[in-house]
Amino acid sequence: MIGIEHYVVVSAILFVLGVLGIFLNRKNVIIILMAIELILLSVNLNLVAFSAALHDLVGQIFAMFVLTVAAGEAAIGLAILVIYFRGRGTIAVDDVNRMKG
Amino acid sequence: MELVRSLQLVAGEEVLSISGLILLLWAAWAGDKAARAISIASVAVLTVAALIAAPALYGAAMGADTVAFGGQYRADAFSAFGKLLIYASAAVTLIVAPAFFDRFKAMRAEFPLLVLFAALGMGMMVSATDLLTLYIGLELNSLASYVLAAILRSDERSAESGLKYFVLGSLASGILLYGVSLTYGFTGTTSFEGIRHALSAGTLSTGAVFGMVFVLAGMAFKISAAPFHMWTPDVYEGAPTPVTTFFATASKVSALGLLMRISLMAFGAAPAAWQQIVIFAAILSIVIGALGAIGQDNIKRLMAYSSINNVGFILIGLACANQPGAAAMLVYIAIYVAMSVAGFVAVLMLRDENGDPVESIADLSGLSKTRPGLAAALAAVMFSLAGIPPLFGFWGKFVVFQAAVQANLVALAAIGIAASVIGAFYYLKVVKVMYFDEAVDKVRGKSDLAHGVLLVIASVFISPLGYLLTNWLHTLAGNAAAALFHV
Repeated sequence: MIGIEHYVVVSAILFVLGVLGIFLNRKNVIIILMAIELILLSVNLNLVAFSAALHDLVGQIFAMFVLTVAAGEAAIGLAILVIYFRGRGTIAVDDVNRMKG
Repeated sequence: MELVRSLQLVAGEEVLSISGLILLLWAAWAGDKAARAISIASVAVLTVAALIAAPALYGAAMGADTVAFGGQYRADAFSAFGKLLIYASAAVTLIVAPAFFDRFKAMRAEFPLLVLFAALGMGMMVSATDLLTLYIGLELNSLASYVLAAILRSDERSAESGLKYFVLGSLASGILLYGVSLTYGFTGTTSFEGIRHALSAGTLSTGAVFGMVFVLAGMAFKISAAPFHMWTPDVYEGAPTPVTTFFATASKVSALGLLMRISLMAFGAAPAAWQQIVIFAAILSIVIGALGAIGQDNIKRLMAYSSINNVGFILIGLACANQPGAAAMLVYIAIYVAMSVAGFVAVLMLRDENGDPVESIADLSGLSKTRPGLAAALAAVMFSLAGIPPLFGFWGKFVVFQAAVQANLVALAAIGIAASVIGAFYYLKVVKVMYFDEAVDKVRGKSDLAHGVLLVIASVFISPLGYLLTNWLHTLAGNAAAALFHV
């Protein structure tokens, strides 16, 4: 029997993978965008699983909002990336160092 | 009837969003040559929204009368306090922006609109009393802000700051959202009232504590508190200066307002679970803000570290987890906004003979001889940020420390005072460069009237004359804090 714990554990693994994807990746920024998507999906899984377990619809409505906002976020991320690429000609993470820090 | 009442309570947001959409059409129709007219219209819209919000603050609106949409939203004195500061900061941004962007021929029609929509999202953040409203407000503000940081396309630093802000901001939203999902799962509700109720009944579940920690970590990113501050210096330096002004004032007010609302209202039933985290973040922010600023040559980076430092002092008020602490925070925030406005407007006025921005502190040498007025204003900002009496910045620190001592957090207050002495070092260094170093005469550009007027107003507020306003400020902050604790 698959219970709420299984969903929460899968979602926690996805979340950690997403966060590690941002910090360990030194290749390019597109992978960071994918990692951010992964984080948002882990949240959605959590929300839907809790919603089903609690017999409460709010979680599923919340998941819809998260999906919509994630789409907007990806669009803006890619747009900024295009502007950045036009200026620098690269999207490698190691090259994002015009300013120290 | 409930719907009509709700729609009346959110009148300010309706004005902002509907006029925002109309102005968006205008911008699409007329193009960039209408940018100035749209800026002026946006300032007018913000003024109207502020006038709609003001009565709630003066009338100390609180309780059931201010609840809209079945508990999703509250238009009480606390949200009005935040909104007035946010709308004022957004208006300042719009007023100072054209002179800056004209130099790069980059005054675009969407700039005022993005500021308008960001301000709308920020207004939603300080009024949110449900995790869903919180998320929508936060994202509306964040998405507009990412674009604002990258809006100066000709400048590589602007694109890079936009990229960094986007990546770390999205990560912060993700962490916050994960915390939201856990909080929802383990308390069974998304409304702040409901969460408060669930947390006060019986023992805290581990899941709920995890949720709280993740939410607070995400918020710490947004207010740029250590250890989640690393994006701040780069974004502040790279973003166009009017946008930096916006981030340092309006963004900060909204994120701090949201943090106060969620910790004191939703998590207010279990302060012991988050107080330690806030104390840790406060001390770390104060120390990192003070140490990181040493050795910075760019004045915008210096202001970024100074904002990290000041957020630490503001968090001391939150660590008290009581009403006097919240009121002290609000007083500090209001004074901090005035200091930031004065500081960044002064930075905007630093231009060389070609009209290009001067950002290096070394280029300010001997500014007191060439531009005495500007140097005096900048010196006042620096002394005020350092919290040296008799300037008004001292008062903010004083009330926060007073609240901490009354809440038996004497050690925290002592560490704060000690660290503010370290901070004084780099603030005074700027003053020393301006007043005692050989003049390099680099700052020669003309500044326009609007900058001058704003600088004078903000400087008078942070000067000793500001103390005349303490009673007024304390009444308003008291109203707002009372609304926050009125369940």
